[in-house]
Amino acid sequence: MTDRIHPLLGIFAALVFVFLVGPLIIIIGASLSDTNFLTFPPRGLTLHWFTNIFAVTAFKTTAITSFELAFAGTLLSLVLGIPAAYALNRFRVELPAWLSTVYVLPILIPEIVFGFSLMKSVTIDSGFPVGLTLLIGHALLVLPYSVRVVSASLAAFDFSIEEAAISLGSPPLKTFFTIVLPNIRAGVIAAFILAFITSINDVSVSLFLTGPGISTLPIQILAYMEQFFDPTMAAVSVLLMLLTVGVMAIVEATLGLTFLTK
Amino acid sequence: MTVSLDIENIAAHYGSTQVLKDLSLSVKAGELVSLLGSSGCGKTTTLRLVAGFLSPTSGTIRLGDRDLTRLPAHQRDIGLVFQNYALFPHLSVLDNVAFGLKQRKIESGERTRRAKAMLDRVGLADFAERLPGALSGGQKQRVALARALVIEPPLLMFDEPLSNLDAKLRVDMRVEIRKLQRANGTTSLYVTHDQEEAFSISDRVAIMNAGRIMQLDTPEVLYQRPANAFVARFVGFENLIPMTVKARDGASVSAEAPGGAVVALSEAELGPIPDRFVLATRADGLSVQREGAGIPVELGLRTYLGRAYQYETRSSAGSLIANGSLAEPFSTGDHAVLVPKPEQCCILKPEA
Repeated sequence: MTDRIHPLLGIFAALVFVFLVGPLIIIIGASLSDTNFLTFPPRGLTLHWFTNIFAVTAFKTTAITSFELAFAGTLLSLVLGIPAAYALNRFRVELPAWLSTVYVLPILIPEIVFGFSLMKSVTIDSGFPVGLTLLIGHALLVLPYSVRVVSASLAAFDFSIEEAAISLGSPPLKTFFTIVLPNIRAGVIAAFILAFITSINDVSVSLFLTGPGISTLPIQILAYMEQFFDPTMAAVSVLLMLLTVGVMAIVEATLGLTFLTK
Repeated sequence: MTVSLDIENIAAHYGSTQVLKDLSLSVKAGELVSLLGSSGCGKTTTLRLVAGFLSPTSGTIRLGDRDLTRLPAHQRDIGLVFQNYALFPHLSVLDNVAFGLKQRKIESGERTRRAKAMLDRVGLADFAERLPGALSGGQKQRVALARALVIEPPLLMFDEPLSNLDAKLRVDMRVEIRKLQRANGTTSLYVTHDQEEAFSISDRVAIMNAGRIMQLDTPEVLYQRPANAFVARFVGFENLIPMTVKARDGASVSAEAPGGAVVALSEAELGPIPDRFVLATRADGLSVQREGAGIPVELGLRTYLGRAYQYETRSSAGSLIANGSLAEPFSTGDHAVLVPKPEQCCILKPEA
């Protein structure tokens, strides 16, 4: 016996699919159009706009900045986030309940507000260079992912395993690296991917923190669009999309996608 | 090398709540002592203090001539067996057992040899290369036992090691634990809430309540001669009757229960009887008779135990439980007299 599915449910699911996937198809189509403005369906077919990306130096330099920033920012957030997540779980009883909320503030408060307050406090008041400010900003922006995702892994970790190792003569810090970390590896990788993607895609915070000579790819895309409304934009978007798909394919092949949603 | 564990005047707090009050306990070299009590009595806290996962607010803990009180947990050299096994999920069974040897910088070949020999002793030689996830509960606890024993610790501690196993396996495992502990002569501290488990494998048992040891004795003494009302109830003395001595004649004592019933007792049989005391018996310790010198009762519900009938009774001294013979059954509503059997009674100090 199979459950009967209400016909409206099928229609609803189809609509969700159309609205999620539709824009992506339109972007792919538009990126191939042989016109110097964005249009869909494409008129003529060309890969010219993809080559044009590489003709614009600003795309290359900002892309490198974005990747460096995402990588360094994510690492920094993990260096701060893993110990925080550990403490929040290990000393759950002793620590006040609101403390874990502090670590998700960057995703709770509007990004515009977050970006502005960072500009005010880090860029203007402390006078740090733009690169450092961006790094701090991105690390803070993605910190919630590091803390929450690693926390989820630690919540399933039985701390008596750690105590067993200590009782057998392993010092606490060494125990963290040899016993705790290997058992929350999946959480750390998931946190890295989520944080990395969030950082690469960020506009609002970067908008406030970029300065003379340093910009990120999403900001460059916006800047480019203000001047030229040609399919290069669409081509860049398609490349970013392919990158995400690539990352997900690697995750799926190595760990299985479900572990991102665990 | 067997050494004794000496816990002296330990107090412990969680925040502002005091969980242990001036607790002292000595486990003699080679002895297995159980801490027995319901949850929250402080038994696990005591074990965690000795392990070094908690710090006492006062008192000292010594193992042989070493003072453990301020020593970090990883330097205490204690073998621990946990309720939930606590095996390292990412390491093979062999690496789990060899872990403690690795920390002791034992060379790799020797390490493997000793770990394998220990696995052989717990009957898991064929499972060396498996991951813990592929084992049953009983096998996991054997690995945990092997892991704790292989470092040849001067002290072994067990924290409810059998609670996650089914009833049959629990009995098998406790026998196995006891045999290994005996064979190695390792001083052991064993925490459990299961009375049968504690009594069956321990040299001595400490019955705990509200952060204190109520009585520390051999299982035989605890079972037959509880020292106070708490322990008496804990080991199954259903009837605790507060009494007052009315008259003495040499060793013979007449004592009155609440409501005026008088029973005759003998100091020759029961030891010294103070003027105010509690008479404690199990249901077997009161005989149910048609008449005689005892506590008059009205019989309530009768249940069949196989070896006897058990009666719920009401008396002027409160509700009492007594077992009557199968040969002479009574009915609900009958009036009878309960007479204490001296060999199954205890004289306790009155409760505060």
